[in-house]
Amino acid sequence: MSALLTADWFQLDAYYRKFDLYNMVWSMDEGLGTMIVSGAPYGGPVAVVRDRKYVRNPGTAKPIITIYNCVGNIISKIVWNSGNLVHMGWSDGEQLLCVQESGDVLLYDMFGAYQKTFSMGQEVRDTKVCKAQLFSNPHGIGLAVMTTTNRMYLLSNVSDPKIRSVPDIPRANEPISSWCVLSSGLRSSAVIGFLVCRDKEVYRCQLGESRAVLMRPDINNTYTQIITIVPSQNGRHVVLFTDSGILWIGSSDLKNKYCEIDTKLIKQPKGLVWCGSQAIVGHWDDTMYIYGFNGSVVKYPYDGPFHLIQEMDCVRIISEMSHEMLQKVPLVVEKIFRLTNIAPATYLVEASKEFQNRSHKADEHIRYIKADLSTAVQDCIDAAAFEFNADVQKMLIRAAQFGKGFIMDPVLTEHYVSTCRWLRVLNAVRDPRVAIPLTFLQVQNLGERILLDRLIWRRLHCLAEHIASYLQLKDGRTRVLSHWACYKVTQPHLDNESAAREIGEKLRNIPGISYSTIAMKAAEKGRKALAIKILEYETHSKLQVPLLLTLGEGPSALLKATASGDTDLVYIVLLHLKEKMGKHEFELTIRSFPLAHALYIKYCARHNREALRKVYVQEDDFTGQAATHIRDALDHTNPGSAEASLISARECYKKGKNDLGASICEEARKLIKQQSSLQETYGESFVGLSLHDTVKKLLDHGEVKLADKLRSEYRMPDRRYWWLRIIALADKQDWTELEKLSKSKKSPVGYEPFVDACLKYCNYDEALKYLPKCRDDIKVKYYVKAEFYEEAAQVAFDQKDDIALVFVLNKCPARDSAAHAKIQALLDQLNKK
Amino acid sequence: MKETKMSTHLSGGRLNVAILQETMRKELLNLLQLCEGKKVTIWDEWLAGPVGLVAQYSLLKEHEVVDMFPLRPGSLPTISVKHIIFIARPKLELMDLVADYIHSLRTKQTSPVEFHLFFVPRKSELCEKHLKNRGVLSNLSIQEFKCDIFPFESDVMSLELQNDFRENYLEGDPTCLYNAAQALRTIQQLYGIIPRVYGKGNAAKQVWDLLCRLNKEEQVPRGATTSCIDQLLLLDRAIDFTSVMSTQLTYEGLIDELYGIKNSTATFPGHKFVSPDDASPEVTATERKRIILNSSEELFAELRDCNFTTVGPALSKKARVIKTQLDERHNDKSVQEIKQFVSRLPQMLANKQSLATHMAIAEYIKETTDTFDFHDTIQCEEDFLNCIDNDKACPFIEDLIATKQPLNKVLRLICLQCVTGSGLKPKVLEYYKRELVQVYGLNTWLSLCNLERCLLLRPQTGIRQYAVLRKTLHLTMDDSDANAKEKSYLSCKYVPLTVRLSEHIAKNKGWAGISDVLSNLPGPSLEELQSLQPRMTRRNSISSENSSSLETPRVVLVFFIGGCTYHEISALRSLSQQEDSNVEFVILTTKLINGNTFLEALMEAE
Repeated sequence: MSALLTADWFQLDAYYRKFDLYNMVWSMDEGLGTMIVSGAPYGGPVAVVRDRKYVRNPGTAKPIITIYNCVGNIISKIVWNSGNLVHMGWSDGEQLLCVQESGDVLLYDMFGAYQKTFSMGQEVRDTKVCKAQLFSNPHGIGLAVMTTTNRMYLLSNVSDPKIRSVPDIPRANEPISSWCVLSSGLRSSAVIGFLVCRDKEVYRCQLGESRAVLMRPDINNTYTQIITIVPSQNGRHVVLFTDSGILWIGSSDLKNKYCEIDTKLIKQPKGLVWCGSQAIVGHWDDTMYIYGFNGSVVKYPYDGPFHLIQEMDCVRIISEMSHEMLQKVPLVVEKIFRLTNIAPATYLVEASKEFQNRSHKADEHIRYIKADLSTAVQDCIDAAAFEFNADVQKMLIRAAQFGKGFIMDPVLTEHYVSTCRWLRVLNAVRDPRVAIPLTFLQVQNLGERILLDRLIWRRLHCLAEHIASYLQLKDGRTRVLSHWACYKVTQPHLDNESAAREIGEKLRNIPGISYSTIAMKAAEKGRKALAIKILEYETHSKLQVPLLLTLGEGPSALLKATASGDTDLVYIVLLHLKEKMGKHEFELTIRSFPLAHALYIKYCARHNREALRKVYVQEDDFTGQAATHIRDALDHTNPGSAEASLISARECYKKGKNDLGASICEEARKLIKQQSSLQETYGESFVGLSLHDTVKKLLDHGEVKLADKLRSEYRMPDRRYWWLRIIALADKQDWTELEKLSKSKKSPVGYEPFVDACLKYCNYDEALKYLPKCRDDIKVKYYVKAEFYEEAAQVAFDQKDDIALVFVLNKCPARDSAAHAKIQALLDQLNKK
Repeated sequence: MKETKMSTHLSGGRLNVAILQETMRKELLNLLQLCEGKKVTIWDEWLAGPVGLVAQYSLLKEHEVVDMFPLRPGSLPTISVKHIIFIARPKLELMDLVADYIHSLRTKQTSPVEFHLFFVPRKSELCEKHLKNRGVLSNLSIQEFKCDIFPFESDVMSLELQNDFRENYLEGDPTCLYNAAQALRTIQQLYGIIPRVYGKGNAAKQVWDLLCRLNKEEQVPRGATTSCIDQLLLLDRAIDFTSVMSTQLTYEGLIDELYGIKNSTATFPGHKFVSPDDASPEVTATERKRIILNSSEELFAELRDCNFTTVGPALSKKARVIKTQLDERHNDKSVQEIKQFVSRLPQMLANKQSLATHMAIAEYIKETTDTFDFHDTIQCEEDFLNCIDNDKACPFIEDLIATKQPLNKVLRLICLQCVTGSGLKPKVLEYYKRELVQVYGLNTWLSLCNLERCLLLRPQTGIRQYAVLRKTLHLTMDDSDANAKEKSYLSCKYVPLTVRLSEHIAKNKGWAGISDVLSNLPGPSLEELQSLQPRMTRRNSISSENSSSLETPRVVLVFFIGGCTYHEISALRSLSQQEDSNVEFVILTTKLINGNTFLEALMEAE
């Protein structure tokens, strides 16, 4: 079998191989030879358009760009309506870029849907694009254009077009023979520039440099012009082709020459590309030439026209009949299958075969490589990853599995499992129905996320979902299904009900789905009803509510906002609705949402009392209305308007059947009225004082009669009035009046307040007058309060209350030892009894 | 390192609260690093204190914060640094201030300035819209400083929401519930999913529903893989006003009642802090003294939960111990012993200093507690708590009104009478209202309306819930029937209802057995299981034997929605310190409150 495996190998410096990927199923009216073909890297779609050179009467028919997949199935067709198409190429998002003569670049997705346009700038528009090239660089896919006046512009990422110019070459208006874009370095230190050849001269025009640099490649053979210049993928090497048929290969700074090969082909090649970084593939007429650095060449004649598509690690050849891949044989593969092989892995493969044939030789082989078994297993696994043929993959994987049985190595096992997984995925995407012929290296380079994206872009949601769950990608399924749903809502033939239901069912239990994104998509497509239905599934109120608002679903936005408990959100909806709705409608709407209503009231209370009152009126909330009137009254400095407000408040309370409230308001009103007249009489401010303070102030002025009058008018309780009088007199230190008061009639507050009043001014002697009149149960306490300890003790003794006596003893300060002794004696006496 | 030193008082418990501090601090420092170079911060005044618990000024200084200003009306001096950072809650009033500042700075500033606004804890579209209308949004870079919980102690965390109860119960604005739910998410992110959830009251139910909703919106938090908390108890403040209205009698509670503790710091007059070896006693005496009160001070940790009556003896005992320790130096000693002594000396001196401080504080408190007035007030409260005479107008309250004592004090007693009496007789209520309006003015009427809306004042209805609860839950104790075991943690004769409920939950039987009690409380009760993530295992489930669950104490997070008092915290602490207890309570609250601050928030603005 290994003999067969090497059948498609050939040798340059190293082994290369060329094998079929697919049989092309495309059919074109005219041959591929008259077509411009642009294939996207990483096994992407192929865009084909008829070359204008071959159109007999240009201008009659519009060109049609056809996009095929890698087996030649038509994905879409674009009728080209715009100006002269200079160049076609693909972005890393698999979008087709069509560069027009005017410098306008149109972007389409692979389904032919127009995405957007950007321009290369006014100067390009004026001078017209002559040639354009797409190039990959650390920032993404860049675009470089050469104008008819030989000025050069470039941008480093087509998804974020920022046009920059590079220095002109000297004598710019003279014709140039060839050019290319060179980009090298990593993201932070990327160097991007043009290499422009005019006859024998090569200029380097780099971004960020002020002028072009002339470089001279060291070419031994005679020539007059460099007619093709092609950089390698990594920008480190470059190949030149002269009009004398010489291939010069060297470093990209043209300082190191690797080799110089005389092709004997004095003709502009149709294509010249790098295969990896150690071989050059040329296309002249219908023959493909492959050159190694050692000058060796292999020729493949073709039956018809073909086209080369460069990949990072190989070249794909696309012809009318077939789609082939040309690549350097990966080292491990070479190690195992080379005819003169001695690698352990070769023995392992043999052993595995013998084992399957139930032959004892298996054991011999294994014994032989026992020491290197883990290397052998590793190699088999790695080699399998590089293979396209499922049988070879199986053979190698079986060998690896067999060998693995003899060793314990968790790292290797992990490697084995992940490689098998990847092989399954690779085989699935390479299948002609999917037709993405990715190599293992390419898929590693892309990463699983982008692989998934590429499937999504092809609308292969089902496969993508399977792969996502098979590879256990974090939120892979979420991404696939969200995209699926976004696509679903753009399908016009589905009715809203079933689309929403289907989406709901498929996406249930998938974490992290953003239904609002899907709904937004539906809304963009003008399917408002569907959008609203989908938004029902959205759990994130913060996303759901604003979208509902933009869709004009005020009430349901309000419902969702109030349910979320996020008051900020409710406010947003409220303010939005207030702007959008009529006043009446607004009030009606929020009425049915208690939370919204409460927040609106709070908002009004802070900003606009009038609006607040209106809401209360609307709601027949009399207490609320009354409160706003009372607040007004408190704010007013003018007694007249305060009275008016209080009357309004009173009326509200009456309507609300709150009698107490009404009478409080009425009293307050009356009080204000009286206070303003008092103010006039005394020339002092009374308004704003409480009734209590008013009376106090009158008493302070000695206006007992007036105070009396107010007291009876407002039914002030006797107790409080007496308190007031006592305090007022004490404040004036009018002790005789106080005594008079105490004797005028029986005090309704008792005589303790008298004591307290005296004590407040430390007038103990006065206090002593009232102490005997204190209530019996607190008499002791009051004596103590007035610091008459001995008397207190006597009272307690008389009352035969030993606990009180102990209390007095404790309260009596220790320094008064005489009193102490007396109290102690009383206590003893009491206890003795 | 300095950072680790700062948080010793947070990491003592089973739940390492220092993690929370660390997380929040990192968050802030990362945000500060976004603005390279020197910066000035302008603080929402409400936030400055709590954020200080997360990152102190010295730490901010290390990150090139050269100056700090409060965000209040008025103008600023010219600032010559590149970055000006506003740190504010998403409130419209504050946004106006921010806009004013930017406008005024823009006119006079010569050097280029970059403005930043950190929203705490979340951005708000409304505010951004407002800033846009004020024409400053384009000049501001807006960030979120997701700091929604502030660490106070190894067992106390608070959201420090201003006016939370007022907003929710008075204004119908449930923003605080949303914040509470978000905070629980933060907790679960840091400490894992809490498997068992209980709750009582409307707010509890709402927070739980919101939490479920938020979990549905966003995937369950990553981060912690094991659950460090076993049970969550959500308590709505509205189920128990009694505990707030009664005066706190623990040491820390009294400090709070009399001097106010703000962000673990209390301020006292200076004159009692003058020590004999003070360089300038006059200065010390006149200055107000700020004292940080947290468990990093050993003595305070010992005293804080004690009933104030036991603080005096404890202090003098401590004084004797310290004195003997210090006196040892006079004894004859070997070199070795002296060396030992010297090494212990700094600690001893620190202890001495802290003793002096607390002696002074205790003296201040004693001045108040010794007054007849204080005594009478406590007596009155106790009567109400024991359901004595709470049907009629109380003469003590009448006297307080007549002498126009502070309104807060009067209202507190009236509210206490109301909640213990399960309402007031309509006549009594009307009488009080009239009296209050006549004495304190019409504004009081509006405040009274507020209290009524929050059900702190209400007319009596059929059942006397409090009277029933007092009996069934043993909320009050007579000296005689308080048995020895309970006496140790009873700091006064009243045990808060919330604490009794927590105690029951801690028995690991859920609500079973007290359903009749719960039906006497307003709002629905809640009993839920939260499923753990597949990979998450319960901390205790490694061995399934019953013995293990007895050995390792369970951690119960008690979340007070609407605020919690120091008295409640102390009571819960004492519960877990009991010998036979195998639970540890951790307290989360929307705010640390006492009766005064609670009522003040509900008052009508002057």
